[in-house]
Amino acid sequence: MAEKIMKPEEMANVNHTPPLLSGWMHRPVEIKSGIYCYPAKPASLEYVSFPHAREWSPMDEDWKLPPNWKEIILEGLRERLERFRSLKIFMDICVRCGACADKCHFFIGGGDPRNMPVLRAELLRSVYRKEFTTAGKLMGEIAGARELTVDVLKEWWYYFFQCTECRRCSLFCPYGIDTAEITIVARELLNLLGLNIDWIATPVANCYRTGNHLGIQPHAFKDMIDFFLDDIEDITGIRMEPSLNRKGAEILFVTPSGDVFADPGTYTCMGYIILFHYLQSLGFDLTWSTFASEGGNFGYFTSHEMAKRLNAKMYAEAKRLGVKWILGGECGHMWRVINQYMDTFNGPADFLEEPVSPITGTKFENAKTTKMVHITEFTADLIKNNKLKLDASRNDNLKVTFHDSCNPARAMGLLEEPRYIIRNTCNHFYEMPDNTIREQTFCCGSGAGLNAGENMELRLRGGLPRANAVKYVHEKFGVNMLSCVCAIDRAVFPALMEYWVPEVGVTGVHELVGNALILEGEKKRETNLRGEPLPGMEEEKDV
Amino acid sequence: MNFIFSIVLSSVVVLILVLIPWIGVGALKLDTLFGIIIPYIALFVFFAGIIGRVIGWARSPVPFRIPTTAGQQWSLPWIRRSPLENPKSTAGVVGRMIFEVLTFRSLFRNTKLQFRSGFRIGYEWEKWLWLFALAFHYSFLVVLIRHLRFFTEPIPGFVNLIEQLDGLMQTGVAPVEGFMLPSVMISGFVLLGAVTLLVLRRILIPQVNYVSLPGDYFPLFLITAIGLTGVLMRYVLKVDIVSVKELTMGLVTFRPSIPYEIGVLFYIHLFLVSVLIAYIPFSKITHMAGVFLSPTRNLSNNSRFVRHINPWSYPVPVHTYDEYEEEFRDKMIAVGLPVEKMPEEEAGSAEEEKE
Repeated sequence: MAEKIMKPEEMANVNHTPPLLSGWMHRPVEIKSGIYCYPAKPASLEYVSFPHAREWSPMDEDWKLPPNWKEIILEGLRERLERFRSLKIFMDICVRCGACADKCHFFIGGGDPRNMPVLRAELLRSVYRKEFTTAGKLMGEIAGARELTVDVLKEWWYYFFQCTECRRCSLFCPYGIDTAEITIVARELLNLLGLNIDWIATPVANCYRTGNHLGIQPHAFKDMIDFFLDDIEDITGIRMEPSLNRKGAEILFVTPSGDVFADPGTYTCMGYIILFHYLQSLGFDLTWSTFASEGGNFGYFTSHEMAKRLNAKMYAEAKRLGVKWILGGECGHMWRVINQYMDTFNGPADFLEEPVSPITGTKFENAKTTKMVHITEFTADLIKNNKLKLDASRNDNLKVTFHDSCNPARAMGLLEEPRYIIRNTCNHFYEMPDNTIREQTFCCGSGAGLNAGENMELRLRGGLPRANAVKYVHEKFGVNMLSCVCAIDRAVFPALMEYWVPEVGVTGVHELVGNALILEGEKKRETNLRGEPLPGMEEEKDV
Repeated sequence: MNFIFSIVLSSVVVLILVLIPWIGVGALKLDTLFGIIIPYIALFVFFAGIIGRVIGWARSPVPFRIPTTAGQQWSLPWIRRSPLENPKSTAGVVGRMIFEVLTFRSLFRNTKLQFRSGFRIGYEWEKWLWLFALAFHYSFLVVLIRHLRFFTEPIPGFVNLIEQLDGLMQTGVAPVEGFMLPSVMISGFVLLGAVTLLVLRRILIPQVNYVSLPGDYFPLFLITAIGLTGVLMRYVLKVDIVSVKELTMGLVTFRPSIPYEIGVLFYIHLFLVSVLIAYIPFSKITHMAGVFLSPTRNLSNNSRFVRHINPWSYPVPVHTYDEYEEEFRDKMIAVGLPVEKMPEEEAGSAEEEKE
């Protein structure tokens, strides 16, 4: 675990001026605790047949690389240059204009110059020039080319696991150079040498085996859902009966396992259960699955291939259960994979039908071939068609702001759907400043598999820009609740808020829905899903 | 390697590039080499190089649809979408690319970090880079179009028109006789000014300074030298325009000849331009072609409703439901989860499954 964490005032004291006289190419990488994540356990890599699994430590001089490591990397890079036009173009056309430099949350919160997106890319680009361009071969350093050495490899490992693939830089790049794309490829290369981090490798192995990152086995998954049912019964007086692994249901629901596992995601999960129960009497027929029990995809933080292997479960399970279409829960990178990769990876899903809301009859034409609908699209449509009886005053103790998760914002464009739901379930909603939301949103600082515990300093630094914007609305409007549509956000924001902006909680959008929804035959609700007294149920609070 | 090294190196190289034709034509009288052979070689290298580049890029497929979405997606009919920032169709992409290429849309969005310690981080709209870049590229374009008058006969109307517009801002009476006598073309000065600002920015902004390579300074210095020699020729040390046109027309009509006497300044200008042209395909200036192929900009966000094919897709090992149930069947049955095979049946089929 990170040892002593410094005080916020100290951490927020960041110097953004790089050492101009020394240049970056020969500065040896300094691997710091609190920043890096522990290396992958061999068993996790072996479970999914990844090469060169071994015990090693980033702090050791010797990383126990295979003797032909350089050949493996260069061959891997050659292969990927032939496979990805994105990579080839992004290697060639950067003009180092610097527009991306101050857009990265890690650079803003940490000041390490190699976290400027342009420089992160140059770490790989310099080797590309040396090996794949004439100018680089002939002129070496003058042409920005660098020999691939063990030190460079270590630098790659350290810095490509300090990128959350949030794509904020790509928004500002005049050529659309996307550091996520470069990080994805660099991580693929590192994985060829067994150089993954454990916070990614173990969830991947878990997900492969048990269907979810947390390694929740089917019976335990059912137990966890049952716990929620007990809690919901206490709060609403209604015993709900969601189904698991039920064949012949119309819709399969897939959501990140984080929501089943830990607060405050669990309240979002309860929100889903309540919503589905509410809709049941209107003819809604949905099942959960213990096999496709993970919406997220840590394989995507490993390699395209591993992403595809994990993603395959969703369609496979939909086919086995014979559902018509798939509904997906609130999650960030999950939706990048579904929107931009799923059909290409594992489609065509011709055994499914084009999604239609059984309640409103709305055709989700934007999900015509993927056959997978985002739950905020689904719920927004319900609200728009007046199918939900909502009492927004139950959320009156909350002053809510909304964090756009990177991937739904910049790899999909899901901006209005969650906001529409929030506005209909809460009376107090305030936006953070323009340059920090929607397509310009800041990462939570812990995405792309970096939400471990040992890299807490990195996470707090990376989360500073987001926290700063939350603090702004907290001070200006008294915002006390940060809502989001991402399970990683829900897992990491509590620590981030506690450190930077205490007094601000974290919620999923469907927790708000679960609270506001007026159920047929429910008892008078006294508490919200967290067991906290509802406004007016305790003593009069000023709102 | 730091910025001082990069700047010195780039300046020295440009200086040498100026000296080469100066000596070559001025002293050694190699007019044919510098007036005909090198420009042809440069053009050949440019076309071969840029075509090679583009083919090289195009040979690599686009396995996934990865646009960076910068606005609301197309979802429910009552939610207003952003057709240009988040295009769902080719028309939208064309629009997005037009804005990107002609107005530098992404750069226009630029913000500047205002980091004050403690809790006052701001992001101010930063228009200077966008403005300098726009001034630089457009003035370059105008200069380029104006130069078409040397390569066409008769001169097309739009060239004359551009020139007229460019020369709209006339200076009054020149302080020195003959100086600034032909009408002043603003574009050349804007170009030089913008290049200077881009150089200054590169040196003065610490982050940009830190990431800059010699290859970032060199083209700026080279273009400065080209601009300066051009301005000198036009306004100060005038060269024989008629002879210049004779040479350039000879080049485009593939009947090259060296006119009797053009000043050495012209050959310096021409040589620097040749170097720039030949340098383009092998340098960062390829961004002018690459931006059109950038997958985060030139793809529509339609992969949920139009299937995108990965040409090199291959089957991958997966963990099947059967394997999953096999491992957890007893536990699933114990909590009442439905299973495909009940253990009794399994006992029978287990024999068959044995290999």
